[in-house]
Amino acid sequence: MSKAAERNLLEVENLWVKFPTRSGVFDAVRGISFSLGRERLGIVGESGSGKSMTGRAILRLIRPPGIVRADRIALAGENLMLLSERQMRSVRGQRISMIMQDPKFSLNPVMRVGEQISEAYRLHADTSRAAAKQKSLEMLEAVKIRDPERVYTLFPHEVSGGMGQRIMIAMMMIPDPKILIADEPTSALDVSVQMQVLEIMDKLVKDRGMGLIFISHDLNLVSAFCDRVLIMYAGRVVETCRADRLHEATHPYTRGLLNSLPRLDAPVERLEVLKRDPAWRNEDSISGQT
Amino acid sequence: MTMIPQPRQGLRAWLLTDTPTSRTHARLSALYQSWLSFRGNQMAMFGLGILVFLVFVAAFAPLLAPHDPFTQNLLARLRPPGSAGYLLGSDSLGRDILSRLIYGSRITLYIVTLVAIVAPVVGLFVGTVAGYTGGWVDIVLMRITDIFLAFPRLVLALAFVAALGAGIENAVLAISLTAWPPYARIARAETLTMRNSDFIHAVRLQGAGPLRIIIRHIWPLCISSLVVRVTLDMAGIILAAAGLGFLGLGAQPPTPEWGAMISDGRRFILDHWWVATMPGLAIFTVSLAFNLLGDGLRDVLDPKEGSQ
Amino acid sequence: MSGIRIENLNVWFGEHEARVDAVKAASLAVPKGGSFGLVGESGSGKSTILRALTGLVPTWNGRMEVLGQPLGKKRDRGFYRSVQMVFQDPYASLHPRHSVDQVLGETLSLHGFRDIDERISKLLDDVGLGDAFRFRYPHQLSGGQRQRVAVARALAPEPEILLLDEPTSALDVSVQAEILNLLSDLRKEHNLTYLMVSHNLAVVGHLCTDIAVMQLGEIVETLSVEKMRAQQTSHPYTRHLLASSLGAIKTSQPQE
Repeated sequence: MSKAAERNLLEVENLWVKFPTRSGVFDAVRGISFSLGRERLGIVGESGSGKSMTGRAILRLIRPPGIVRADRIALAGENLMLLSERQMRSVRGQRISMIMQDPKFSLNPVMRVGEQISEAYRLHADTSRAAAKQKSLEMLEAVKIRDPERVYTLFPHEVSGGMGQRIMIAMMMIPDPKILIADEPTSALDVSVQMQVLEIMDKLVKDRGMGLIFISHDLNLVSAFCDRVLIMYAGRVVETCRADRLHEATHPYTRGLLNSLPRLDAPVERLEVLKRDPAWRNEDSISGQT
Repeated sequence: MTMIPQPRQGLRAWLLTDTPTSRTHARLSALYQSWLSFRGNQMAMFGLGILVFLVFVAAFAPLLAPHDPFTQNLLARLRPPGSAGYLLGSDSLGRDILSRLIYGSRITLYIVTLVAIVAPVVGLFVGTVAGYTGGWVDIVLMRITDIFLAFPRLVLALAFVAALGAGIENAVLAISLTAWPPYARIARAETLTMRNSDFIHAVRLQGAGPLRIIIRHIWPLCISSLVVRVTLDMAGIILAAAGLGFLGLGAQPPTPEWGAMISDGRRFILDHWWVATMPGLAIFTVSLAFNLLGDGLRDVLDPKEGSQ
Repeated sequence: MSGIRIENLNVWFGEHEARVDAVKAASLAVPKGGSFGLVGESGSGKSTILRALTGLVPTWNGRMEVLGQPLGKKRDRGFYRSVQMVFQDPYASLHPRHSVDQVLGETLSLHGFRDIDERISKLLDDVGLGDAFRFRYPHQLSGGQRQRVAVARALAPEPEILLLDEPTSALDVSVQAEILNLLSDLRKEHNLTYLMVSHNLAVVGHLCTDIAVMQLGEIVETLSVEKMRAQQTSHPYTRHLLASSLGAIKTSQPQE
């Protein structure tokens, strides 16, 4: 095993996601490769670019008739593609966690949030109820919830969107996974709350030496928050770069996306409109491996 | 399927296009795509096949029936199935059961069609008006619905028939009057989810009145779930009609109504099982066909699925 | 002449103990031909103002005027000829079983137009779709195309005022640019007055000349876009919003 592969938490090689339809097979993800170290990797793209499908495919969460194909999805050297569905269940949550866009749909509406966190912990660690509760309260504190004892007894509809997403983070982090996949974790939140949630997530990921895959449509956010970025278009990676150099990106698609954003500090009469070149679809996927 | 001739390919492409060029084209194309997804459901196709066969039999009953359904032949009474000239046997008056079943299909279709027209329309109207208007209109209409729902269907139908007099038209009327409340409930529930959606707001902002919104915007979205529910209920409606016939309150002798035929056979059920069994099998087959069809239609018509 | 004038508007939902005051004593004025933006977070009451203006929320008091005419509890068809609205989510604002042709045709006939066929073509042309889209159903359109249809529907009665409720927040950024360009072109062509609601300061800043900032149902500050850009704000909440929007995301520096 090479040095790089040892350092990487996750390696994805030639990943495809296919959906058979009436008019032929639709390829949502078309042969992308990337790796993830102890870093924050951003995946940006527009709707339909295959970014969310990529996140789900890593956890093999694509529902039939969708098909996931890959030469290798290696988690710490172990190929997830070879695992049975049963073994996969112990990977999900325990070793790779996922946070979805809207906490409203991810939390069970008829169960107190505290119990949900405890249960997530007890699924993976064999402890007593009291110990799980203790651990959950600590976790709620770690996501900067001021009054964890009170929040522990609330139902999901009684918490705000920002707090709901923090509870989700607590729930996903409690089994101490190695990798966190966050799929548009802040898109449903207000701007001011977004920052807070991101900061919390960032701190936890860094303190624990985790890898983060941050899936978003928001270029500015990814550029400010991540270390490295993959830009996806039509199921392929068209460009990869350091996040803080995103504004120097060269691919016409990335440039087009950047220029089409209205900017408060640089007003223009007309916004630049992205002209899609059909040739982009057929370009080879850029490897995001390091 | 492998040998599709060239012009059909053209027609297929024309129907499957994403860029229809006229109103008719758009409508035909939408129909064809629904048909394609319906065709994928084998059980539903099986159900549809049986019903097409039923319609065919009813249409050509005089040509298909080997005997006159009313001619009695006391010399040939209670012949078992397979006897010469009586494929499914004969009944206590020596009438050919097959011929009576064939003619009976007309009555079954008649009942089914009438109920399927009356009950859902009443239910749709009451439900959508109640759901969209809200307030006291909603309360009054829904309490009336509750009263109807509180009685077992057959008991209520019996009461209606008793009041109106026995006969097939009154049986249909009675069944329709007892069948509409569930449709009203469904239509109201659907309307409530739609009432505050943006596309209804948008048309309100064009100055459209409530009646227009209900008929042109809410009905088209309720109808699909009602159609599914009606096909699934059809089995129950056929059974209710048969039940009324069995009790002697539906079709009157000598009309070859399937329920009445079972009732006739009841007296001989131990020694001459086929007299009651054959119409029973017919009822079973048609009910099953409607259920299968309903399941298939649900897959095709459910607007939540169809929008994707 | 004023396009929209709102004075001391209160809007509430529910009655008695369950009463929630969504908008409290809001006042604003948009000159005819102007473009005004309302910004704030979700629940700040910004969309509620638009809904009260269009008559979708009947529980309000205060004074609202459109083109010099005071508004009562009921809106007549004449009102809807001059004031139209574009909704946030183009996936929810188009009837799933109506084709583009039906949507526009019905709108035009409701407003009593006769030459419907020509007008549909013209409208589709105006929003950059063309006749090829005329007989499509919403599921055959992309998000941006749907929003163009929604804009065409709003333009159908030839209104003078267009209310825009987060018209681009459900769309991809490249599509957002197209729709924003379309909206600014249309405003010039048809001399429209815009009242736009958005949580995105950059979007409002692009399309509008004046901005009101809302928080918890109240308008906390009204200022011009130039002042906003120059960061000459007086209210701390405005500064907070501005800081969040200018991409001043202060997280830890990249590792390594």
